[in-house]
Amino acid sequence: MAERARKAYGVLAEFRSTGDLLRAAEKLRDAGFRRWDVHSPFPIHGMDRAMGLGRSPVGFIVGLCGTTGLLVFLAFLYWINVYDYPMVISGKPHFSYQAFVPPLFAITILSSALAALFGMLALNRLPRLHHPLFSSPQFEKVTGGGFFISVEADDPKFAEIERTGLLEALGATAVEVVGDGGEDER
Amino acid sequence: MSTKDAKGNALVIDEDRFIVGNPTYEEITEAVSRIPEQRATPKAWWVLFLVSAALAGMFFAHVGYLFWKGTGIWGLNIPVGWGFAIVNFVFWVGIGHAGTLISAILFLLRQRWRTSINRFAEAMTIFAVICALMFPTIHVGRVWFIYWTMPIPNQMGMWPNFRSGLVWDAFAVGTYFLCSLMFWYVGLVPDLATLRDRAKGKIRKILYGVFSLGWRGGNRQWRHYELAYLVLAGVSTPLVLSVHSIVSTDFATSLVPGWHTTIFPPYFVAGAIFSGFAMVMTLSLIARRVYGLEHIISLKVLERMNIIMLVTGSMVGYAYGMEFFIAWYSGNIYEKFTFVNRAFGPYAWAYWIMVTCNVITPQLFWFKRLRTAIPVMFVASILINIGMWFERFVIVMSLSRDFLPSSWDYYSPTWHDVGLLIGSFGLFFTLFLLFLRFLPMVAMAEVKAVLPQADPHYHGERSHG
Repeated sequence: MAERARKAYGVLAEFRSTGDLLRAAEKLRDAGFRRWDVHSPFPIHGMDRAMGLGRSPVGFIVGLCGTTGLLVFLAFLYWINVYDYPMVISGKPHFSYQAFVPPLFAITILSSALAALFGMLALNRLPRLHHPLFSSPQFEKVTGGGFFISVEADDPKFAEIERTGLLEALGATAVEVVGDGGEDER
Repeated sequence: MSTKDAKGNALVIDEDRFIVGNPTYEEITEAVSRIPEQRATPKAWWVLFLVSAALAGMFFAHVGYLFWKGTGIWGLNIPVGWGFAIVNFVFWVGIGHAGTLISAILFLLRQRWRTSINRFAEAMTIFAVICALMFPTIHVGRVWFIYWTMPIPNQMGMWPNFRSGLVWDAFAVGTYFLCSLMFWYVGLVPDLATLRDRAKGKIRKILYGVFSLGWRGGNRQWRHYELAYLVLAGVSTPLVLSVHSIVSTDFATSLVPGWHTTIFPPYFVAGAIFSGFAMVMTLSLIARRVYGLEHIISLKVLERMNIIMLVTGSMVGYAYGMEFFIAWYSGNIYEKFTFVNRAFGPYAWAYWIMVTCNVITPQLFWFKRLRTAIPVMFVASILINIGMWFERFVIVMSLSRDFLPSSWDYYSPTWHDVGLLIGSFGLFFTLFLLFLRFLPMVAMAEVKAVLPQADPHYHGERSHG
């Protein structure tokens, strides 16, 4: 069994409701598991704390990129209007920054939005075309109304799961071993 | 699933009433997913699609002729150098604003009733902005120079004039389009994953699989996803107010009487939200009826939209009154003349259509009976859209009688102008029908998250007392 588990991606356990899922997640967190995840059709309120996850760094990425976008574009406008292509419009100074607020604002918003999208994708290691979990037919329910916990075989405490029947004890209705999609599975 | 189970969770139960009948997660998935999964496309869809596609074809035919011949095919004259192109542009950008308001501002305000209409409203925003962007692009006459609006290095060593309202416009609307697209797509990813997991055919599996980006619904993903969504809502929120304000500077920074006023930005924004909600209303009334989504897009949701229309419509009515007052109070003869001329001059017919549709129609929604009656709101939503188009027409036609009576003229559209206007509706509806056919029109993941059983403490109370 242990040999097979080493080749496998991990185990996938199905739960009945968000409440069961949340309590199971708290137990796994307290038991010290590292490489595991909770899967649900929608984000569950309070799950980040139940899993012991901190705040997502997306906010920092957005703040950084938004500020960079603003400053780079401001420098660009300064360079255009003062050095590269100075024009006198209505007798105003070359660098009449008040008039540049609308485009600066637009660029700040745009760079923040791009950072939010691509930062989120990068942190989630997306896009990817396949994942071992997709080999489980049960897992198709995760985007409909199914609730799952997956624990990866790499987790240092993975052996405990099978030895103690931990997931069943936490209320899992079905537990299965998911292959890594490689040939040794068949 | 009686309400007694969750007495301690009155808030959740209260929110839930927007979704009628307390469906399960699977029922929501089924109700929404079956529409893009239909084997046989409904006949009604084909009829609407062919009509819309024909009109869109007419749009591009007119555009082609315009490129060949030039803007002389329009009814423009001097002094009316801006005609239907700017009217249609402002109209379509305005339509988009309600979508962003619903998806961004109502999200930040935790208005959970938005979940049943936000997907739709965002799609409407994107397609409306596409229609809007067509008009400034084609109106420049020499369309191959449209890239001059963007700071692209070129062989002439020139840069755009960043002090111009028109360049601000290009930045504002371009950003608006891209942000709306990203916001919409991020919201779509979990629902595309639902369609991927339900897909039967190979092509569907591949396409939904690629576009859902490998979404697994893991909480380690949701954590970043939720914050990214919040940030996108946060950055889109100022856009609701800024984009139409910047559009209004196209007018307000000029010296034309009736345009050169400080009321323009808020007045344009209120009008934009007003007309956009009317368009969301028209579309959702049709879609919920045709696709049987009455329990998800419930009467309560529609009533809330009507209340927003009442508020913004009254703001627009106030702006009309205030414009008149300021024209009189300013003591400026040109300003005074412009407003008297709007109400009693050659375009009085357009002015009174505008007042009837925009000021009087929304007042019906003071009455609960009327704002919960589907036929009333359907007719009202169409009247409001007509009225809002005429509002922009009335504003632009200030040009026809400016300072010097010897230069006055009367603008009337040619059939190319009218063809482009009608054709833009064809383009809009073609894109919208394709959206309804192939993508989930209700944000399933978001609707599920506001069901009472989605709260982890709901089941907890029931099973463990």
